[in-house]
Amino acid sequence: MNTANPRARLLPEGIGSILILAVVVFAVMPLVFDIFRLNLIGKYLTYAFVAVGLVMLWGWGGVLSLGQGVFFGLGGYMMAMFLKLEASDPESTKIQSTPGIPDFMDWNQLTALPFWWKPFHSLPLALIAVVAVPVLLAFVIGFAMFKRRVGGVYFAIITQAVALVLMVLIVGQQGYTGGVNGITDLKTMLGWDIRTDSARYILYYVNAGLLFAAILVCRRIQRSKLGTLLLAMRDKEDRVRFSGYDVANFRIFVFCLAAMLCGIGGAMFALQVGFMSPSFVGIVPSIEMVIFAAVGGRMSLVGAVYGTLLVNFGKTYFSESFPDLWLFCMAGLFIGVVMAFPDGLAGVWNKHVQPRIDRRFAAKRPAAVAAPAADPAVAPGRA
Amino acid sequence: MTMGSNTDFVLAVEDLTVAFDGFKAIDALTLYVDRGELRVIIGPNGAGKTTLLDLICGRTRASNGSIKFKNREMTSLPEHEIVRAGIGRKFQTPSIYENLTVFKNLEVSFPRGRGVFGALAFACTPDVRERIEQVAVEIGLQDALPMEAGLLSHGQKQWLEIGMLLMQEPELLMLDEPIAGMSVRERELTAELLDRIRQRRSMIVIEHDMDFVKKIATKVTVMHQGKILAEGPMDKVQADERVIDVYLGH
Repeated sequence: MNTANPRARLLPEGIGSILILAVVVFAVMPLVFDIFRLNLIGKYLTYAFVAVGLVMLWGWGGVLSLGQGVFFGLGGYMMAMFLKLEASDPESTKIQSTPGIPDFMDWNQLTALPFWWKPFHSLPLALIAVVAVPVLLAFVIGFAMFKRRVGGVYFAIITQAVALVLMVLIVGQQGYTGGVNGITDLKTMLGWDIRTDSARYILYYVNAGLLFAAILVCRRIQRSKLGTLLLAMRDKEDRVRFSGYDVANFRIFVFCLAAMLCGIGGAMFALQVGFMSPSFVGIVPSIEMVIFAAVGGRMSLVGAVYGTLLVNFGKTYFSESFPDLWLFCMAGLFIGVVMAFPDGLAGVWNKHVQPRIDRRFAAKRPAAVAAPAADPAVAPGRA
Repeated sequence: MTMGSNTDFVLAVEDLTVAFDGFKAIDALTLYVDRGELRVIIGPNGAGKTTLLDLICGRTRASNGSIKFKNREMTSLPEHEIVRAGIGRKFQTPSIYENLTVFKNLEVSFPRGRGVFGALAFACTPDVRERIEQVAVEIGLQDALPMEAGLLSHGQKQWLEIGMLLMQEPELLMLDEPIAGMSVRERELTAELLDRIRQRRSMIVIEHDMDFVKKIATKVTVMHQGKILAEGPMDKVQADERVIDVYLGH
């Protein structure tokens, strides 16, 4: 394409900023932080899948979902169900009245494993479910909504309702889902102990690798005609429709894509954190995930990752020091970002920082080396 | 729904009615457009001109009647199917992708890769590029291809939207006030452009500018209160007493 677009925010991510992020995630973080903190960052990076999905869905597709926690939760539960079954072998559960089933089932007077738990004895089936279940649900919701041209605020409200419904369902069906406690005490995957330090390192890198694969896939989509169409239908839906495109199908696709990323993030969450609970499914976490993307910049895949890290570092710091203030800080942050920096960190970077770097290094090549030091996500982490 | 009859016309609208809360915006309207014809629809505000185009392209659904394009019923098809059948629609205010380049605007309108996965695999091959350049020359924007479309002048935006329609190779183009807000020179160029387009396609144009209508129209349809008041060559319509009464004025 010889046609350069003057507006940087509409250009797909440069490969340079992705490389910088890769250096930060793969080298800087593991060198700077101990395994406890790194595991925490690994947890944050599982939310980054959701934020990256929201960049595609909300930033590019113009569809705001306030229920992404649903798909994150589903992915997490699919993984947790497999891990829980492995942790509940008859030997280690022999004190239960029914050995061989998860402990919470036993506490709830269940005497046999429900049939829909049985496929989760198999890792391949569980991994398929991690992706397939969120995508299937997104397809059903997307089909029902977008084909009827439900969009904007109405769609956001419906996704909230779905989040609430799923949370109530999980909490209410304690015997089948572990209820409000969730699925806890996850120990091994195919005999491999996921709680050891070495396992945590490996899982951190697997997670980071998957995240970068997701970013590259999304970048590829942004650069394709599909990406252009998403932007086009966000701004001029009718024009796209009257150019012969079925707008709903594209929205369904991007909704399913975002759901798939959430599912993968959720599964990695269960693996790294060792449990899954309904507190990651409901309305509040779903909105928090939108804030991650908004702070990072809803048009920027890389920005979404920084935004996720920054908000979560902030959350950890503030909620330890000022637990009562945190929610207000979060709300203030969201309002502030939307009012003052609608393009988030990425927008601030592109508008103010990048031009300065370009000017300073105008004679030389644009400085990729200078960037990690100024990386907004690192500074709060030291706090 | 009544069944429309099969004809040689490219477009046959028969007994078309649409009511909004009991108000009949289009009232049992029948209209035929020939192949290669440039039909201009005129009429006072609220006569139902834009509603008629909305009905033909599927944006509004008919309460009754039939719309046949090349003898194929259109009233039950979704919008994108109607477009794919060969009907292109230009909106009253220029509807282009302001943040994309002129090149991208035209590329997106190229009729290939219209499914989700087709769009994912779509590549701007030399034939696409050639077609884009060809259309750009046609609409006089060959030098503006790398420009962001939002920076074009109002008239150029109108041309770009016409160009986007041409990319789709429609057999019937429907233009809603294509010269609104154009300078005298731009109007002349637009008249020439429409004249070239008409060589191979049929057109329906809504326009208020009588000089422009005279210049381009094969046949004129005057609408009033959702019905056709008069139809025929411009001079005949202009002489019609009823038309003078409701629209042209004495």
